[in-house]
Amino acid sequence: MARSALTGTRVRERRLLIGMKQADLARAVGISPAYLNLIEHNRRRVGAELLAGLADALGVEEAALAEGAESALFEGLREAAAGMAGGEATPEVARIEEFVGRFPGWAALLAAVQARIGTLERTVEALNERMAHDPFLFASLHEVVSAVTSLRSTAAILAETEEIDPAWRARFHRNVYEDSVRLSEAAAALVAYLDATKESETGLSSPQEEVEAWLAKSAYHLAALERAHPPQADTLIAGVPELASGAARKLALAHIARYRTDAVALPLDGFRRALAEVGPDPAALAQATGAGLAQVFRRLAALPEGEGPPVGLVACDASGTLTFRRPAPGFALPRHGAACPLWPLYEALARPMVPIRAAVEMAGRVPQRFLTYAFSEPRHPGGFDGPQVVEAQMLILPAPEERGGERSIGPSCRICPRGGCVARREPSILAEEG
Amino acid sequence: MRPERRLQRFAMMRDLVLTAAGNFGDSRIGMARRGEVRRHMGRRVLLIEDEPHIAEAIRFLLARDGWSVASHGEGTGAMEAIRRETPDVLVLDMILPGRSGYEILGDLRADPALAGLPVLVLSARGQAEDRAAATEAGASRFMAKPFVNSEIVATLRQMAGG
Repeated sequence: MARSALTGTRVRERRLLIGMKQADLARAVGISPAYLNLIEHNRRRVGAELLAGLADALGVEEAALAEGAESALFEGLREAAAGMAGGEATPEVARIEEFVGRFPGWAALLAAVQARIGTLERTVEALNERMAHDPFLFASLHEVVSAVTSLRSTAAILAETEEIDPAWRARFHRNVYEDSVRLSEAAAALVAYLDATKESETGLSSPQEEVEAWLAKSAYHLAALERAHPPQADTLIAGVPELASGAARKLALAHIARYRTDAVALPLDGFRRALAEVGPDPAALAQATGAGLAQVFRRLAALPEGEGPPVGLVACDASGTLTFRRPAPGFALPRHGAACPLWPLYEALARPMVPIRAAVEMAGRVPQRFLTYAFSEPRHPGGFDGPQVVEAQMLILPAPEERGGERSIGPSCRICPRGGCVARREPSILAEEG
Repeated sequence: MRPERRLQRFAMMRDLVLTAAGNFGDSRIGMARRGEVRRHMGRRVLLIEDEPHIAEAIRFLLARDGWSVASHGEGTGAMEAIRRETPDVLVLDMILPGRSGYEILGDLRADPALAGLPVLVLSARGQAEDRAAATEAGASRFMAKPFVNSEIVATLRQMAGG
């Protein structure tokens, strides 16, 4: 228990503050001085009853001894220890409470460093993904390398060849000129592209990321669209800084239209009542409300902040490309490229109209478990003669309890540490686990 | 047209014709190295490279070194060009319009008549993983762009056996 770590230290600090001897306090709460000594040095955990006795004897509120704010610190330290797994250092995880108790400053520093490493790793992953999958960057860099190659080789011929036929010299001069123009144009285009990315102030953004940043601001709940008479869609996106590009604004309008259709079909009050009555099981909610599963998924993922369970929602089209991402805490979503092929989302894509429920364990330093519901349905917006359009959706909920047999999944192959995965399509940029 | 200009133009056209024919025996491209022993005289190299200026520079360097140079500017039809030209060494760019260098290498190594052809891969992507991928696909040697002129000549000499 995270609680007991600082509890021991707090007990000791409080006792020394009021000038009470260890033996006296031990006697007051009915334990041996040796046992109290172990508690004070965070080597023994404190049960609820003993904690109440200690608080009483020390004249403080129980909460003052058992504050739980340090749990994030423990989480950070355990993450740091897990990150070292397989390395040379072997942190004494079993003595983590003693460590925090004795060296709170160092422990906080280590947890902060771990958090910083996590942030930097995510940035590296995102940049790596971008470099690997951004066609404009690839084409631009190829253009630069080609021009440089030609320039270097041709310039060397001109510089190093003493006698060269004037016609060849003229031809190479022309080539150098043309390549220098080409190089400067390619470099300018590259700089303009990178500058545009910077100027948009949305980081490494795509239109989809811009829309997600806009939705994240309101925790994916658009209150204005829940009203009986919502405002015009255009007014909802006017002047929104996150929606910097025209493409993002177009996607946002499509999202608003669908959100409104869902809100009309499943009004918020009625949906809340159904949720309170049958719980977050989408099938039960669909049964109770008469709506489709996919619509229920979306309504669950659009509840006002703090209502209902913490949910994530992803959607993909028939190509498997993620078209919507509402992250769930701890469930890593790829920013670029395709996701893990083992996601139930893709199973649903392959089995349209079949509801799929699967408990999964997401790979990571500290693997996390989730309960997922996936469903896909074909549509025919082009009529009988048009193409079939399929969309799959997957709702991500926290797993209720550990049952074993969870499906092992990852975020996407390039950033997944699972070794020996039979579904892996490309090597990971992270060290793979045994 | 002044006589000397006419002469220059004639020389350039002759070079172009001779280059296209793969015969540099008396081409003025070789002027700078006149007198040098051309050990590679007659050795045939086929260059599959879509960047015309890069191809032109390599062509000049190799022709001056005594090679007979033919070239093909895209991935499509590359196998036909290889069978037609029967080169002693192939210089292959990896990113080509039509078909990639990897596909061409794959076809090459699967053909018993061409499986042993020495191939120098030129690639704009010079990371270790790109080298490994090219080697795995069947490249004999790998060179990242931009290259050093003397190195490409020395490498091809080595690949052709001296």
